Amino acid sequence: MLRLPAFEYLQPASIDEALRMKQNAGPRSQYVAGGTDLYPNMKRRHEEPKTVIALGGIDELGQISLESDAPFLGAGLTLTEVATQPRLRTTHSAIAGAAGLVSTPLLRNMGTLGGNLCLDTRCNYYNQSYEWRKSIDFCMKKDGTVCWVAPSSPRCWAVSSSDVAPVMVALDAQYTLVGADGERQVPAAGFYHDDGIEFLTKRPEEILVGVKLPAPNGWDAMYLKLRRRGAFDFPVLGVAVYLEWNESEVQDARIVLGGVASYPKPMTDASQLIVGSTLDDDVIAAAAHAAFKPTKPMDNTDFGLAWRKEMTRIYVKRALTELRTRHRDA
Amino acid sequence: MAKSDGNGLRVVGRAQRKVDATPKVTGETLFADDLSFPQMVYCKTLRSPHAHARIIRIDTSRAEKEAGVLGVLTGTDLPIPFGILPVSQDEHALALDTVRFIGDPVAAVAAVSEEIAGEAIHLIDVEYEQLREITSVEDALANPEPRIHDYGDSGNLHKLISLEFGTVADGFDAAHLVREDLFFYEGSTHLPIEQHAAVAMYSADHRLTLWSSTQTPHYVHIALEKVLEMPASRIRVIACPNGGGFGGKSDPFSHEIVVSKLAMMTGRPVKATLTREEVFYCHRGRHPTHMWVRTGVTKDGHITAMHFRTALDGGGYGSYGVASTYYTGALQTVTYQVDRYKFEGARAFTNKPPCGPKRGHGTPQPRFALEVQMDKIAEQLKLDPADMRLKHLVPADSLTANYLRVGSMGLAECINKVVTGSNWKERFRRLPHGRGVGIACSSYISGAGLPIYWNNMPHSGVQLQCDRSGGVTVFCGSTDIGQGSDSVLAYIVAEVLGVDPFEIRVVTADTDLTPVDLGSYSSRVTLMSGNAALQAAERARELIAPEVAKQLDVPTSRLVFAESRVFDGENPETGTTFAEAVQAAEAAVGTIGTVGSYTPPASAGRYRGSGVGPSPAYSYSAAVVEVHVEPDSGIVRVPKVWIAHDIGQCINPTTVMGQVEGSVYMGLGEALMEEMAYRANRRVVHKCPSMLEYKSPTTLEMCEVETYLVTDPDPNGPFGAKEVGQGPLLPIMPAVANAVYDAVGVRVDEVPITPEKVLTALKRKANGKEGGGRYGPTHFPEIPWPDPTRVPPPWEGGDGKAIRPSDEDAKAAAVAQPERQH
Repeated sequence: MLRLPAFEYLQPASIDEALRMKQNAGPRSQYVAGGTDLYPNMKRRHEEPKTVIALGGIDELGQISLESDAPFLGAGLTLTEVATQPRLRTTHSAIAGAAGLVSTPLLRNMGTLGGNLCLDTRCNYYNQSYEWRKSIDFCMKKDGTVCWVAPSSPRCWAVSSSDVAPVMVALDAQYTLVGADGERQVPAAGFYHDDGIEFLTKRPEEILVGVKLPAPNGWDAMYLKLRRRGAFDFPVLGVAVYLEWNESEVQDARIVLGGVASYPKPMTDASQLIVGSTLDDDVIAAAAHAAFKPTKPMDNTDFGLAWRKEMTRIYVKRALTELRTRHRDA
Repeated sequence: MAKSDGNGLRVVGRAQRKVDATPKVTGETLFADDLSFPQMVYCKTLRSPHAHARIIRIDTSRAEKEAGVLGVLTGTDLPIPFGILPVSQDEHALALDTVRFIGDPVAAVAAVSEEIAGEAIHLIDVEYEQLREITSVEDALANPEPRIHDYGDSGNLHKLISLEFGTVADGFDAAHLVREDLFFYEGSTHLPIEQHAAVAMYSADHRLTLWSSTQTPHYVHIALEKVLEMPASRIRVIACPNGGGFGGKSDPFSHEIVVSKLAMMTGRPVKATLTREEVFYCHRGRHPTHMWVRTGVTKDGHITAMHFRTALDGGGYGSYGVASTYYTGALQTVTYQVDRYKFEGARAFTNKPPCGPKRGHGTPQPRFALEVQMDKIAEQLKLDPADMRLKHLVPADSLTANYLRVGSMGLAECINKVVTGSNWKERFRRLPHGRGVGIACSSYISGAGLPIYWNNMPHSGVQLQCDRSGGVTVFCGSTDIGQGSDSVLAYIVAEVLGVDPFEIRVVTADTDLTPVDLGSYSSRVTLMSGNAALQAAERARELIAPEVAKQLDVPTSRLVFAESRVFDGENPETGTTFAEAVQAAEAAVGTIGTVGSYTPPASAGRYRGSGVGPSPAYSYSAAVVEVHVEPDSGIVRVPKVWIAHDIGQCINPTTVMGQVEGSVYMGLGEALMEEMAYRANRRVVHKCPSMLEYKSPTTLEMCEVETYLVTDPDPNGPFGAKEVGQGPLLPIMPAVANAVYDAVGVRVDEVPITPEKVLTALKRKANGKEGGGRYGPTHFPEIPWPDPTRVPPPWEGGDGKAIRPSDEDAKAAAVAQPERQH
């Protein structure tokens, strides 16, 4: 069996206590919520915290308020709770939908919203056992110096594999972080970095408390996920689209791709192309092409990179077509 | 107790639960990893980080000093080689001087905890001298040096085979159409849910006991005897119930030998449970296979000649590979009549985990090629592919060109069932773009005609004990790997002795207690151990009946054994309980125990290589697969499969259906996604040795299956039963490929049929590019084939022997190809 290494396990009852424990434990400590990301990584020795601080017992992180003008989801909600929340499924169906597409029911029961938003980047040169990684002299994300995806590259190309994060970026949601200096708000797009190692702007001691969502006032959004098996795979492509309509015209749009870069990648050109349009077939084709062109998936997930790139065109087209149909039918 | 059906059977043929179902469902069953003993210690293996290297030096001193470490082993502690086939004794429990793939076992540690053992293996210092890696068949052909092994037909070619039955050139001359096609079949692994585990215990009186998740305790017994240099009579191997095998637990493995040796060294029970990654390194799965097929047919599709070439990527060791290679050429002849047949097969050594027997052993690859080519031929001849197949079936009770004796043959009914069930005639070539149906057929052996190592003893033995309580115990070496072989023994004995199968005690897979059964491989167990059980039970009935006949004063011929009674068939109230019947017999003749055994009939072929292919009975399957193909992404989905299987006779139709549906499931994985992929440019490391990234369908990807069981009892099977564990897998992959062509008009001549390949073929078709909508191999490796062994087929007056070459030819052949038993 693949065994967990020995570690100290702390259970704070409040955010303040968690912050104090983190400060005391020093750099070789890590927060854990559901553990569906961290524990497998620890078994494979990707992450080797000496102290693990469990956030599961902190009630503040489980808050949810959807009735107000500033809807809020606590980071400690499980993905099952997010996916099945009846009101969220109406007001923010793209979020509930994306949460419901993460992994399997069992892992969604354990895994949290915050965990998915902070998901470690993935790479099939990295998500391997210690012995396997040793056989390729390790990689720069852990224990090595080379990025095997692009050996001459100075950076790590591990892939952002969160399903919910691209939706949050598309919705321009605001993340609430609490650290030693108190609370701060970060727009979702500003939370992520295009680097496989430093993929979050969050400071290590900061805790993601929750997410402020836009009030449901007429905008629409959706998320499409491409993966080998509907049963449980990570995305090899995620397409999140946010649209604001003004009658038959698109007033604002944000297209964000997951699974193709080290961060949820906003497709600015493609988004701009559809603003002001009525989303006719030729506009959709042009936007799909504009999303396809700059996308540069690397050879470090399931499926070949050329096909994954090709699929950005197909999936952006499908998402836009579906949103247009919804609007015209409404 | 159920009433008899029209055929007089009360238990056999009835749908019922397995005898071990309750403990399995409640979690009571002890698998190897569930075992725990006082003072038990744990073993971990250090594995090679290099694909091909010489070991210069191993220093274990740091590991030995580690607190909690009780024993450390390296290759020199176990220097005797072993291997499943007598001709391929090329493995060492721990690498002696060379490592041959990333994951090859190098050293092992026993420690008081699994954590300490896992840390201690990294304290072993190994110095390697790296050697050039051999990455593929082509690479092996181009680079005879450095040799991966110092045996084999030449360089890095492990085995070369060439057999010709009749002159194929004449057959091609007589053909109306001759087609040549190239195919590739990717490697895949078994992926049983249970990871291999083994526990060894060595007693103060120098007896060794090994519990293991193995499909072949008898062969593990033999390997331990050889490597440990201990009398087999002091070694006991117990196969625990397997959580799935599929061929992946049929070889003796390093960890089984290592824990045995460590138990002898430390005096403690020693356990090893492999990680999923290590199971990928044990492998022994499907050989990646290149194929070239030339087939000549008449206008109505009769095969006048077939020339089949295969090139197998064997990985780092022999395993079953020589047999696998023969199997890629053996069963082409048992479905459709083939007038003249030539087979050339090659297996290369490469620096990857060894390939071996996975469900269908060596036959899914050629079956894929053959059935896709049949589809192409039918289209060219403007024939319906189902009708064309029906017209040229091998007749029952006949001998094929390569001397396989076909007995019962229910393929026609199988084809008719799936054609009718799927509404084939209304749908084939008539569905809208993006939807399609495809058909394919297959056949498989019900056990191999010859044992793995040469001997003339039975292949399966049963001992039966009837005690005065009315209890019946069946002892048999067969191993239940989830397929239900323990249940089959109980059902058959229950049928003959008229007792409740759930009252029968089944003791299996224990070399101290049970007579030898060769193992759960080659779909042999129902037929062979079933026949042995049938014989033992009939003998018991013969012992018991005369005493009951005397007591009841009726002739033995009128006695019926049923409902746990023995009674007068003409006067059912006149009778006795089964327990009283046994007591009467015991009083008269002493303790009631009988034996039964089974030896397959002699093969008809008597040429070198004729040992692979013969079987007491062949099962047949036909399948229609429906696909939906997305033309813009190439993604293929399978909503439904219709499959018919000629089982001969069901012992239990529920478990037969389970095997059929499980085969469909596994077949869809091989057809659509499974791939043993390696980073050829990164030292041939396995790309993704995990259940997450090695893509195999889950139950949520499984389609609807309509199963038809065709019963046509075979005289060689117990109650007429034939195999079902492997055959129904075979038609799935080609039927998917043929359905994709029906849906979108492109041929993917290889598996897995991934969306990338379908989309590439669709683009080629749209651009009018080469091949006009095909994705597949463009060449077959250049292989130095030897002159063929020529065997005239039966209809050319052949007697199953090879034509003797002139003395000079024979001398030349002897030099080129040293005689080798396989």
